Amino acid sequence: MEAVFLSFILMLSIFLGFELISKVPATLHTPLMSGANAISGITVLGALVAAGANNSEMATWLGGASVFFAVINVVGGYMVTDRMLAMFRKKPTGDAA
Amino acid sequence: MNLSAELVNFAYIISAALFILGLKMLGHPDSARRGNLYSAVGMALAIIVTLLADSIVSFEVIALATLGGTVVGALAARLVAMTSMPEMVALFNGSGGAASLLVGWAALYDEILGTSAPSTFILVTIILSILIGGVTASGSLIAYAKLAERMTTAAIVFPGQRVVNSLILVGIVGSSVMFCLEPALGSQWFWVLLALSLVLGVMAVIPIGGADMPVVISLLNSYSGLAACAAGFAIGNNLLIVAGSLVGASGIILTNIMCKAMNRSLANVLFSGFGAAKAATKVEGEVKPIVADDAFLILEAAQSVTFVPGYGMAVAQAQHVVRELGELLEKNGAEVNFAIHPVAGRMPGHMNVLLAEANVSYEQLVEMDDINPRLPNTDVVVVIGANDVVNPAAREDENSPIYGMPIINVDHARTVFVLKRSMGSGFSGVDNPLFFKENTRMLFGDAKQSISALVAEFKS
Repeated sequence: MEAVFLSFILMLSIFLGFELISKVPATLHTPLMSGANAISGITVLGALVAAGANNSEMATWLGGASVFFAVINVVGGYMVTDRMLAMFRKKPTGDAA
Repeated sequence: MNLSAELVNFAYIISAALFILGLKMLGHPDSARRGNLYSAVGMALAIIVTLLADSIVSFEVIALATLGGTVVGALAARLVAMTSMPEMVALFNGSGGAASLLVGWAALYDEILGTSAPSTFILVTIILSILIGGVTASGSLIAYAKLAERMTTAAIVFPGQRVVNSLILVGIVGSSVMFCLEPALGSQWFWVLLALSLVLGVMAVIPIGGADMPVVISLLNSYSGLAACAAGFAIGNNLLIVAGSLVGASGIILTNIMCKAMNRSLANVLFSGFGAAKAATKVEGEVKPIVADDAFLILEAAQSVTFVPGYGMAVAQAQHVVRELGELLEKNGAEVNFAIHPVAGRMPGHMNVLLAEANVSYEQLVEMDDINPRLPNTDVVVVIGANDVVNPAAREDENSPIYGMPIINVDHARTVFVLKRSMGSGFSGVDNPLFFKENTRMLFGDAKQSISALVAEFKS
């Protein structure tokens, strides 16, 4: 039953994703991609469980490595997206220097 | 504090809502930054409740890995130049893929060492998570190397490539089936699967030429989401599935937009190196050069000016002087726009970011479909570092390799200035009949110097 339940969620989120993303203007497509990078860092949840559950030594190390990669995505993705979006201004405001 | 699984999942619902809201707010530049913040808050909430869940008992490895990841991510985000954004997104895609691969791998240990035998469904999802994650990770590294020019940017093709790729696919399916039949830790089928996934990623990206990289990073972006989805199935986590499919959908939409903008099908981009060369009709004619002094006089009289930037402008680091010229023209009473072709930069939306960095207001950035109807009433178009995206051969010459590609119809404007170092042709080596049109004037020289000269004339 779990498989059906998870697939149901998958199906709905894919449709939602298409609706949401198709409304993002072309101007913001680069921040959209880096923001998507950050969101795909969601794998960190699985990584945390694997690294912290103490099930087996190997799983802990694999989980730890996974936490490392996923955190790069989360932290780097959100920060660089914010850096880019801060540059999108309405009226020119002097030199960025 | 130990949160029950139920409470954790309730918090995940809030996180999912924040992700969705964040993406929705990305629909407009005014709200986008706040949207990104909401999304980040959703992520923080999800991470915190996961750490508080009672299944997590040891924190040493987590703390170390989080610290390392934070430092690397923060430094990369701070230091990257906006021109290098495609390389960084490629690396981030790869790191997302690697994370999913490792989560799938770790889940395997939990399943096989667990009390009951793992179901085939779980095994298949674990295999998918390793496969998609592996392809994304190694493919992204190759994409990065190509974008950063650490390796040849040309398409690498060799005889029998399709046969080799088919064999790899057969090997992946075969080893997956064998592994599902006899799941065991250290099974040789597992290692075969892991190795072939990584090889497949490499093989998938090497035959794609440098000019098609915007398509590839969009596609890998989508894969990194799908990998997260697969990992979500493997460990039964709803939030991974929701977030992963949002990212997957985003990547697919961008891939599609890039393909359309280049008038290529995805299959064409993925499976054939660029330029199954049809020879473009050679255009004969004489170019009409113009000097900065005369260009200034025309610009001074113009009521409407549209800049068409290409990546060449960013290479010449000319965006700041271009913005300055735009401001001077506006003060002079002209309406100033920047027309952005979807493939103007090296990734979707790249040119917009580069111009925003140079302080061009986003209200002046106009998409191709919106600017084209306005061009016949535009006095002057200034083409800087762009070639193929303004090449009328895409409309007129059926033999041209870019025939059918949507372009910015700059030749419809009253006057076109093309800034060019000298007479040469763009990346696909096509001749551009725009240069010979009646209303085209060539302003030869370094783009930055030419624009600076115009700026100086306006100031004097």
